Formats: sequence, C-alpha cells, structure tokens
Amino acid sequence: MREGGSAPLSRSAFRRSRGDGPFRYASTGAGILLLVIMAAIAVFLIARAIPALQANTASFLTELTWNANASEPKFGIGALAFGTVVSSFLALIIATPIAIGVALFISHYAPRRLASFLGYIIDLLAAVPSVVYGLWGIIFLVPFMRGPSQFLNDYFGWIPIFGGDQVVGKSMLVGSLVLAIMILPIIAAISREVFLQAPKLQEEAALALGATRWEMIRMSVLPFGRPGVISAAMLGLGRAMGETIAVALIFPATFTISFEILSANGNSIAANIANGFGEANDIGRGALIASGLVLFIITLLVNMAARWVISRRKEYARVAA
Amino acid sequence: MSAVTPEIQRISGMRRFKDKGVQALVYLAFAIAVVPLVSVLWLVISNGLARFDMEFLTHSMRNIGARDAGGGAYHAIIGTLEQVALASLISVPIGLLTAVYLVEYGTNGRLKRSISFFVDIMTGVPSVVAGLFILAFWILILGMPFSGWAGAMALSILMLPTVVRSAEEMLMLVPNDLREASYALGVSKWRTIVKVVLPTAFTGIVTGVMLAIARVAGETAPLLLTVFFTDSINEDPFNGPQMGLPLYVFDQAARPNDTAIDRAWAGALTLIVIIMLLNLAARLITYWRSPARKR
Repeated sequence: MREGGSAPLSRSAFRRSRGDGPFRYASTGAGILLLVIMAAIAVFLIARAIPALQANTASFLTELTWNANASEPKFGIGALAFGTVVSSFLALIIATPIAIGVALFISHYAPRRLASFLGYIIDLLAAVPSVVYGLWGIIFLVPFMRGPSQFLNDYFGWIPIFGGDQVVGKSMLVGSLVLAIMILPIIAAISREVFLQAPKLQEEAALALGATRWEMIRMSVLPFGRPGVISAAMLGLGRAMGETIAVALIFPATFTISFEILSANGNSIAANIANGFGEANDIGRGALIASGLVLFIITLLVNMAARWVISRRKEYARVAA
Repeated sequence: MSAVTPEIQRISGMRRFKDKGVQALVYLAFAIAVVPLVSVLWLVISNGLARFDMEFLTHSMRNIGARDAGGGAYHAIIGTLEQVALASLISVPIGLLTAVYLVEYGTNGRLKRSISFFVDIMTGVPSVVAGLFILAFWILILGMPFSGWAGAMALSILMLPTVVRSAEEMLMLVPNDLREASYALGVSKWRTIVKVVLPTAFTGIVTGVMLAIARVAGETAPLLLTVFFTDSINEDPFNGPQMGLPLYVFDQAARPNDTAIDRAWAGALTLIVIIMLLNLAARLITYWRSPARKR
C-alpha cells in the first residue's frame, strides 16, 4: 500500500498536494480496473465463443445434445439451461424456508449470548469447499438418498416430478439437495441481518399489546424483512446456478429435458463445463465458453435484480429508522 | 412479566398453540441446517484420517497407478499455497486501492456508484466463469500455457470483491476526527490515508483478506480450467500445469477405486484444515485487537 504513493512523490513533490494526484489516480485507476475486468469477462468470452458458434451445425439456443468435439460440431444450450434453472429453483425451494427459520432462530429465538456463535456455525457451512460437498455427496448422500427416493417414487409417483420408471442414486434431487445446503448460509446470513434491523419499537409495541412472539414476528419482522429475504433468495439462486464442482460430481450428466427429478435427468451449464473440458478440442472449448457466457449473463441478471431490491430496501430502512 | 388476567390466557389457546408450533419449526430449521455440517465434518475427519499421514503430506502422485495405494498430495499442497499467495498479491493491492477510492476519494458521482454496484455484482460471478475468462483471455488468445499463475489470476477475480467490501467497511469505521487532526497538522490527503487511515484499519483489513483467502482456497472450477492437472511436483507457478488441493480432491473423487477415494478424503481433510485455520486466525485477530483499540 505504501509504494502506491511514495514512488510518484518525487515526480510531483512540489505540486499542490504533493503526491496526492498520483495516489488519487492509482486508487481511481484500481476502481476503474474493476469495471474493466467485468467488461473484459464479457468481451473475451464473446470473442472465443463466436468461432465455435459459427462452426455449430445446430441451433445453439434450442439444440439439446452436446457434440462439440465432432468434425461436424452440433451443440446447444437447451438441456443444460433447463437443468441449471430447474435444479437451482429446486435448491431454492428447499433452502429458503429452512434459511428463514435459521435466520429467525438466530435473530429472535436463540439466547442472546449464543446467537453470534450459532450464526458462526451456520457461516461455517459456507466455508466448506464445493468439492468437499461433491465428495460427501457421491460417497454418502447418493447411497443414503436411494431409500427415500424409492419411497417417493413408490408412493408419490403419481405426482409428475416424482414419477419415472427407474430411480437412480445420482439424480437431480440429490444434486439440488447439495446445492440447497450450499446456498443456505448466504440466504440465512442476509435474512438474519434484515431481521435484526426490524424496528425494535414496533416489536416491543406488538408484544406490549399482548401479541405472542409469532404474532409479533408476523406483524412487524416479516413485513419489514420481506424484500430483504427475496433478494437474499435471489442471491442464493445466482450462487446455485454458478455452482460447479459439487454438481459435476453428482449430476448424471444427461442431455434430457424432464421434470422427473428422481430419474437419470440432471445436468447444468457449469457441470458440463467441468466434465467436458478435459477432452474438449478447440471448437469444444469455444462451445463451453459460449455456454459459460450464457451462465454469466443469467447470473448477472439475477444478481442485478437482487441488488436492486436490496438497494430499495435500504432506502426504506432509512425512512423507518 | 406484566400481570395477565386468566381470561386472556384462556381465549389464547389457539394462539399459544400457533406460537409454540412456529417456535418448534424454527428450532427444527436450525437443527436441520446443522445436520449436513456435522455429517460432512464427521465423514471428512473419520475417512480422511486413514490416509492423513507423512507420506500423504510429503509425496506426489508421480508413478502412482490408478489402483495403487500410497501417493500423496504434496504437489497439490504446494500448488494451492503458491496459487493462493499469488492471487492475494494481485487482488490485495487492487482491492485496497479500490476501497480507498470508494471511501476517501469518490464523491457521490456516477463513477463511484457504478464501481460500488459492480463490486456487488462481481461477488456473484460464478467461479467457473472466472476460470473461463482467464482460459479465453490468457491461454487461448494470448497463447500462454496452463500454469499456477493463470489459476492465481482467476482466483484473484473471485477475491477482489470480498477484499474491496471488507476493506471499505473497515475504512469507514476509521473516525473522521483522525483524518481532520491529520489535515490540521498540514499533512496532505494521501499521506493521511497511508500513515493514519490505513494503519488504523489495518487489523480489520487483514481479517478481511484472510477470510477472502479462505473463500478462494477451496475453489476448484477456476483451477480446472487454468491450472489443469499434473501428478508431479511443479514448484514453478509460472511454467506448466500445476495441481491444487481442491483439484486433487476432484480428480481422486472421480476415480472409482477405494485407494483413490481414501486419498480424496485425506485431501479434503487437508483442505478443510487449511481453511479452518485461516478462518480461526482471522477471528482471533479481530478478537485480540478490537477490544484494546476500540475499533
């Protein structure tokens, strides 16, 4: 941090602010570099995707198969995008209620002294690397979920998502479960912060009027926190979509479009990149980069929407405070 | 607390039931969330210890066949340490300067707001996309080889937003009185920042950086695309494929035989130990320094 300012000192030693200019430029430049990196990600992904897309003999947006390494490359994002979106939403549906419960537990139920420690335990879930969840998933969760999956298929098979003739261990359900575990901490952490900011006076007023704890939460905490929880869930959704290694190990990597989450369906853009990169040739790499570009754009939009909701909430919070 | 008349309690039977029901659900949610953490840690420790020995820590996988026992992760540990160190070398100065811009120089103009916005957006860039970017830019377009350095660049993209955000928070905690006292003594702005603001925020920044390192140390996807694989020891991060611990776990986990799975668990244990130590160190630094300094 020191070199940033002291080297240019001699150059502008006698100017108005003595080295202030260069230091200001360096820090402004670093900020601009950040914007440049974001733009460069898009530019270079596009640059490498174009040749592969031109060589593609099928429609990139609708084709389901992925034969990018063939002499007549034929690949499309269809099945992958479908799998990415469905598995992420499934993870979100599993994780969000639990995360809200965890957040409420830490903000309003747990004993004060333990609260920060318990919050730290939940944060530890986020510290476990993706690849470890993947290993845990294939060695432990896949065999463990065989029974419950079969049960769901036997007795609830009439519900379309649990249908299908062949129940497999490495299913979209198991992948989504692992994704749910991985996005739970971020949703819980943001929801917790929002719940803690809920106006104390309103809470106390509700309790003073004889409300039970749940009624107080329903009337003052949840309405206040709703936008925050929504954006937290969207950030979690973005995480789930970009999650790579765990699902690369667990998903069956098929190219089908089916809502049967217990059968051998399930793949995602990110998992396909991790699984396909090793044997990809030049066009194949370009094709994977093209799919990564789609992932980048989807997550960008989701994140922007989430941040927009959060920034609106901050203004509400200031009004309320 | 206050005296509640019996009548009120009698009519609140349903309400009490709901209240207790929700309380039970909330407790249950927390319990459910802890189950996978306990399960993962338990399995990693119990399975990882089988191969967590000196051979594992000091040997590479060179000349170890697919079905052989033995072998180790020395090459992967070296690779991870080098890649993470290089990534920090890139992202800490840039991140710190960006935070300085946001807190000290940025007026509330469009540039500051867009940088601040994109720092948030950057946190959401999937790690695999960061890897693809370096792959496209550094390896495919510039024609550079797979290397630890390429992996470090990809990791630094993931580290940057975390470093900026934590450093920004710490800089904002520095009381304005300190800055004004420094200006009053005729010290220029940049010297005030370098000599007064940054040292005051130093421990907080170190904590933030360590948490950022802990976050990227476990990233696999960007390494897969930029560092590639090797079974041999490559101590030079600028030349040729390297290995990384997360990559090692991924590689071994995808092999179907038990000796490889044992190595994968041991690798996972090593990785978690490194990450937990970083987390713990970061917590201890804040714990020790904050009461003495009152921020």
